[in-house]
Amino acid sequence: MGGYFSDIFYGGKSLLVGLSITFREFFKPTVTVQYPYQTIKMSARFRGHIELLADDTGSPKCVACGMCQRACPSSCISLDSVSVDIEVDGKVKKKKVLSRYDLNFTTCSLCGQCVENCNFGAIDFSKEYNLASTRKEDFHFDLLDRLKRLEEKKA
Amino acid sequence: MSLTLLNVIVAVVIAIAFAAANAAYLVWAERRGAARIQRRPGPNINGPFGLLQPPIDGIKLMTKQLMIPGGADKILFMVAPVLAMAPAIMSFVTIPFSENIVARNMDIGVLMIFAFASMGAMAILLAGWGSRNKYSVMASVRAVSQNVSYEIPMLITAITVIMVNGSMDLKAINLAQAGGFWHWNIFPSLQSPLMPVSFIIFFICSLAETNRAPFDLGEAESELVAGFHTEYGSMGFGLFFMAEYANIVIGASLTTLLFLGGWGCPFGLFPGVWWFLLKIYLLIATFIWIRWTFPRTTIYGLLNLSWKILIPISLFNLLLTAGFMKVF
Ligand code: SF4
Ligand code: SF4
Repeated sequence: MGGYFSDIFYGGKSLLVGLSITFREFFKPTVTVQYPYQTIKMSARFRGHIELLADDTGSPKCVACGMCQRACPSSCISLDSVSVDIEVDGKVKKKKVLSRYDLNFTTCSLCGQCVENCNFGAIDFSKEYNLASTRKEDFHFDLLDRLKRLEEKKA
Repeated sequence: MSLTLLNVIVAVVIAIAFAAANAAYLVWAERRGAARIQRRPGPNINGPFGLLQPPIDGIKLMTKQLMIPGGADKILFMVAPVLAMAPAIMSFVTIPFSENIVARNMDIGVLMIFAFASMGAMAILLAGWGSRNKYSVMASVRAVSQNVSYEIPMLITAITVIMVNGSMDLKAINLAQAGGFWHWNIFPSLQSPLMPVSFIIFFICSLAETNRAPFDLGEAESELVAGFHTEYGSMGFGLFFMAEYANIVIGASLTTLLFLGGWGCPFGLFPGVWWFLLKIYLLIATFIWIRWTFPRTTIYGLLNLSWKILIPISLFNLLLTAGFMKVF
């Protein structure tokens, strides 16, 4: 019988404690982000799909050596280059220039091998995360074109 | 004759409008309140503070197609939501909002409200049975056993109040409590020192009778999909929803009328409908607060609470009140 009343007492007390907690929470500021209107900054180590980085002149740092393509365990990267003539100190030289850089994000495992293997610091993970689509074609990215658009926007 | 008919129609239309407006904006208050407790903003896109959300939800529900699942009992399936809503509307007719604002005061008002309230359980039973869905049936079994067990302590506490005031007329009960909070039925008077306990029991029972969390076993989403209204869409679901909130308003009104002095001011100043509304909305805020604080109980815990704790204590209080009334 004593257990009966103490159960009621302690049960009731714990209910009141619960109510007081939610009462206090009610007046605290909200902690959520209003997503489409507000976004949070992605942390430094967040891995989005990879992106090409530009040098100071706005052209890609990539020298089309193809190390990333070879390092990728999932064969997501395919790139092409053309050789163009450029003048350095009055002499004409040949130089390899990146002409195409495609990423097939559908098979990318975000392992980071490509970023690790680039000796020129030409690729890095982007902070892109708004990537929802119903078609897998939407995940074949033309990264060279993407870089061009970003640079145009910056300019 | 025609004048009385007109009166009836006006009263019912006002009751329906009041119930619908309350249902719409209590959903809004519930969602905003839940959000605040969980530290998020809640619906805030449509209109200032999200105030246009309820009409938009209503339009959405009304424009949806009414689906009847194959194999369901068509008549019961269609009747159930109406049967849920109609008693809720009827109960408003006899609730006095103030001394003069009452559609039809009856000298058995309390009895009438309880009679209509128990029809709500019937609606849930029919909805579950008519849907031909095992989850719905299980939910209605639960809801009915819950309503049966909580009606008893609720009625016993109501009888205690009726004994103290000597009337089943809600208006008379309130006139007896007029003039300051020390006259209210909740406070220990010479008639019954256990009245605050009665109030708590009545409040718990009205939570359970309206199938509110933590007693919402009839729609336990985590185990029974959506309970008795699993198969309902569009306005069928809308009616159940409106009925739930209308019942909440009735539960809060009844608690106010029986225990908290109805439309009387705590200090005896300006008694009127505003005090009544203030009290019922405070009680409803408490309903919402409780819902977002406690997890759902189990069916055993629920029935044990009623049969082992609420019924014995309310019976004891009834006897004690009777004894006190005899002695003093
Ligand atoms: S992160 Fe890994 S899988 Fe993705 S492109 Fe780079 S190397 Fe390939
Ligand atoms: S490893 Fe770096 S420099 Fe070489 S192709 Fe890849 S991104 Fe370009």
